[in-house]
Amino acid sequence: MTDRTVSPLLEFRNARISFMLRVGEANVIPGLSFSINPGEAMGLVGESGCGKSTVALAIMRYLGRAGRVTSGQIMFEGRDIASMSEDELRRIRGKRLAMVYQDPMSSLNPVKTIGSQLMEVPIIHDDADEAKARAMALRMLDEVKLPDAASVMNRYPHQLSGGQQQRVVIAMALITQPSLLVMDEPTTGLDVTVEAAVLDLVRELRQRHNSAILFISHNLGTVVRVCDRIGVMYAGEMVEQGTIREVFANPGHPYTRGLLDCLPTLGRDKHGSPLSTIPGQVGSPLSRPPGCSFAKRCAFAEEGRCTTVPIAIETLGGGHLAQCVRTRELPPYQRREGLSGVGNDDESVPAMLEITALRKTYRQTHGLFGDTGKTVKALNDVDMFAKPGKTLAIVGESGCGKSTLAKVLSGLVTSTDGAVRLEREEIGTVGVDKRPQSLKRKLQMVFQNPDSTLNPSHSVGYVIGRALRRLKGMSRREAENETARLLDVVKLNGDFAHRKPHQLSGGQKQRIAIARALAGDPEVMIADEPVSALDVSVQAAIINLLNELQTERKTTFLFISHDLAVVRYMADHVAVMYLGKVVEFGRAAEVFEPPFHPYTEALLSAAPVPDPTRQGERIILDGALPSATDLPPGCPFSSRCPRKVGAICDTTPPPEQQLGHGHRIACHIPAVELVALQRGGAPAKVAAKA
Amino acid sequence: MLRFFGKHALFMVITLIAVSFIVFMMNEFSPGDVARKELGAYATQEQVDLLTERLGLNRPVVVRYFEYIGKLLQGDLGYSQRFKVPVSDIIFNRLGNTAFLAAISFALIVPLSMLLGIVAGMREGSLVDRSITIFATMAASVPEFAMGVFLASIFVVWLKVLPGTATLLPDAAGWSIGAQLVLPVAVIVLYDMGYVVSMIRASMVEVMQRPYIRTAVLKGMSFRRVILRHALRNAMINPVTVIMLQINYLIAGVVVVETVFAYPGFGRMMLEAALFKDIALIEAGALVAVFVCVATQILGDLGYMALDPRIRA
Repeated sequence: MTDRTVSPLLEFRNARISFMLRVGEANVIPGLSFSINPGEAMGLVGESGCGKSTVALAIMRYLGRAGRVTSGQIMFEGRDIASMSEDELRRIRGKRLAMVYQDPMSSLNPVKTIGSQLMEVPIIHDDADEAKARAMALRMLDEVKLPDAASVMNRYPHQLSGGQQQRVVIAMALITQPSLLVMDEPTTGLDVTVEAAVLDLVRELRQRHNSAILFISHNLGTVVRVCDRIGVMYAGEMVEQGTIREVFANPGHPYTRGLLDCLPTLGRDKHGSPLSTIPGQVGSPLSRPPGCSFAKRCAFAEEGRCTTVPIAIETLGGGHLAQCVRTRELPPYQRREGLSGVGNDDESVPAMLEITALRKTYRQTHGLFGDTGKTVKALNDVDMFAKPGKTLAIVGESGCGKSTLAKVLSGLVTSTDGAVRLEREEIGTVGVDKRPQSLKRKLQMVFQNPDSTLNPSHSVGYVIGRALRRLKGMSRREAENETARLLDVVKLNGDFAHRKPHQLSGGQKQRIAIARALAGDPEVMIADEPVSALDVSVQAAIINLLNELQTERKTTFLFISHDLAVVRYMADHVAVMYLGKVVEFGRAAEVFEPPFHPYTEALLSAAPVPDPTRQGERIILDGALPSATDLPPGCPFSSRCPRKVGAICDTTPPPEQQLGHGHRIACHIPAVELVALQRGGAPAKVAAKA
Repeated sequence: MLRFFGKHALFMVITLIAVSFIVFMMNEFSPGDVARKELGAYATQEQVDLLTERLGLNRPVVVRYFEYIGKLLQGDLGYSQRFKVPVSDIIFNRLGNTAFLAAISFALIVPLSMLLGIVAGMREGSLVDRSITIFATMAASVPEFAMGVFLASIFVVWLKVLPGTATLLPDAAGWSIGAQLVLPVAVIVLYDMGYVVSMIRASMVEVMQRPYIRTAVLKGMSFRRVILRHALRNAMINPVTVIMLQINYLIAGVVVVETVFAYPGFGRMMLEAALFKDIALIEAGALVAVFVCVATQILGDLGYMALDPRIRA
């Protein structure tokens, strides 16, 4: 709630920000007003292209040569940032105003030690000498809970994990006790478990340092975790702002509702209802409509009222604002959740894809002549299966072996031992160059980043046509007709065939990637994080598309993801992997119901929940995955397990407990006890180890 | 570290053996027999036969190759037919002259290129950047001989302040050795710098767009400090290899400059040896050139390791 007696720390006063491009002025922010009070945390959400990052960089006055604030003011501690001299600016940057960035690896200088990068901040701003700066840096590294701070000081960024790097960046930002911390997607790209730990750290440090935070994220769940207030941006305008509780309980703008509704919140699944989507995409900043920017995509838009004059901001009480003429006419908001249905699962149907005792080991090599003699056990006795026309999801942190598994299936690497059978035919030992055309046709892949998998110089028609000609032996003419049909299947207009990848949005590219994979009418489609790089609204559309395709074509999906809500929504079967092993496997509904394997439990508890009313205590896994070169003799998870029972976990491999319907858990704790522990709400030992 | 040198030494030995074999065989199988190449076009058939007999050239080629390697290992590089002295007498003298010229040039090229490249790349598209880029492009695109003749016509013919040749001998006009070196060094530095500046500039432009530069700026550092503490070292990582390759060029590739200024260097010696079909000298010269090449690669790798902690073992 905005307290009128306190003067705001940061205030946008009708700030208008543009980029001067060759094609003309791109007005990214047409006139933005909001404020943040001292010590307050405000979240900023919206699809990509909505101007969130521009806001962050405008606060830092780092818009590049083309960008400028053309009118209005951005007041920080009572002074306009735009009119400061370079010297004044330099004195507040890093001192009163600090930033944490999306990709910590690239935000840290690769050739300087962590210590020197931290120490230079107090050296510049506080005239600290070497010894004082070192002491400050060490204390800060302790505060962000990096173990063995003294040794971290001498290390280089590449010697730390992603989560550790982000802690370093946070330490660097907080070392001078800034009054405002701008965080731009600080946890995007981190594993859920690491993300949860970083978010908790931010919450804790915020209270200790009393810094205000502007927290930018595309993930509503992370915003809920950290912030007091939220601002929803659309096309450079703040269409709604208010307290988290108010906005989530009673969203006053159709766009906010759209964002909330397209999330596959935990508990929903595909048997319930399709996800709602927001049709269309954010318009170009080069041409703005006279009325509401969102009208074209809005289900509540009225011709005339919404489309002709600029929309005023309505006050809904308690600092809750919405830029919508119909905000008071909107029906009461009903959160969509719990809509799960029952899938038909006939246990007698033979598996489409069956993986038994699969192993993949790599020899670790070093340079031209070096062979360290060590082996990396990327996959270690993996068992799982996928039923025809169903979805098998694989979840786990990075390094758990899920991508290696996808590589074995697609033939990019061959298995070391064990069996991978596609319709009873062994494929694990057959490299992709030895696979017959018929097998390639049966098994297709869709990757995470459509940008890097589509050749920028080939048109969409060529990409799909080529797949058709090669996999189905079609003639050029037949391929053309079929391409048009496939584009229609993925809901794209026929003239997309003539476009090049750079003319497509992220979601459109992913649709093309799916159309290309569909060209051979595959029996199995492996999708490696296919929606992770997409906006929530686009993600929902792609998920719906995949599910529709599955219903129509009976395609079997192997869906690799780190997003548990998406997995819960998509999957029929789930395999939870840790360090090359499957620790839990079963029907989705059962895997997501207790008893959980302690690792599954930790993953679920770490997943950010976009609902302020359901924020429980969370299990934070500390430490990183052990190295796959020397696997522990006992349970792979023992070094981080919050429910570890004793030495047996370190020394003896856990037994596989069968819980019916093929549901199995590899754990020393009997399933009955796990249920009691988890249902009874007995908190797991949180970060109990040294 | 020991492992690093062991690996590279092994690699160097393998390369040298391969090159010695290839050069030996090329001389063997190119048109005309070895004795004919040694004696020249005007020798009689009897003389050719006699030399063939005396050098044992009618024995199998593999035997003679190993014999050659054996002599090499004892330090015997053979006898130069062109200069009528043992190869080792002439080759090290010439190599020394070239190394002298190369060292002076290199000592100018590296700091000047770094300065210009960094200054140009730190503000891409600025007036300074454009001026330096135009200068670098022009310097690199004018051929060495043209630049040599151009500079010589200004400073030698017109202003008469410098000598037109650099024979390293006290000459009649009484030019000091220092004065003799000015023009060859100037041509080499200008020509080569154009190329190295462009490389460093491109690397700097890329580095300036990296997120860690943004981090440094937003820490509140002065621009100067950002450049010196954060950008410089990163910007030099990629050009290190290119800079080390320049040593190669400076030792074995400055034949044009040496010829234009009559400089008694290694490149010109190799040219003469090739024209005269002086086989022993060609073979020894090729080995020296390869040695320099591999050695600079090792230097380049060391430079990489010094600059970039990510590739340190």
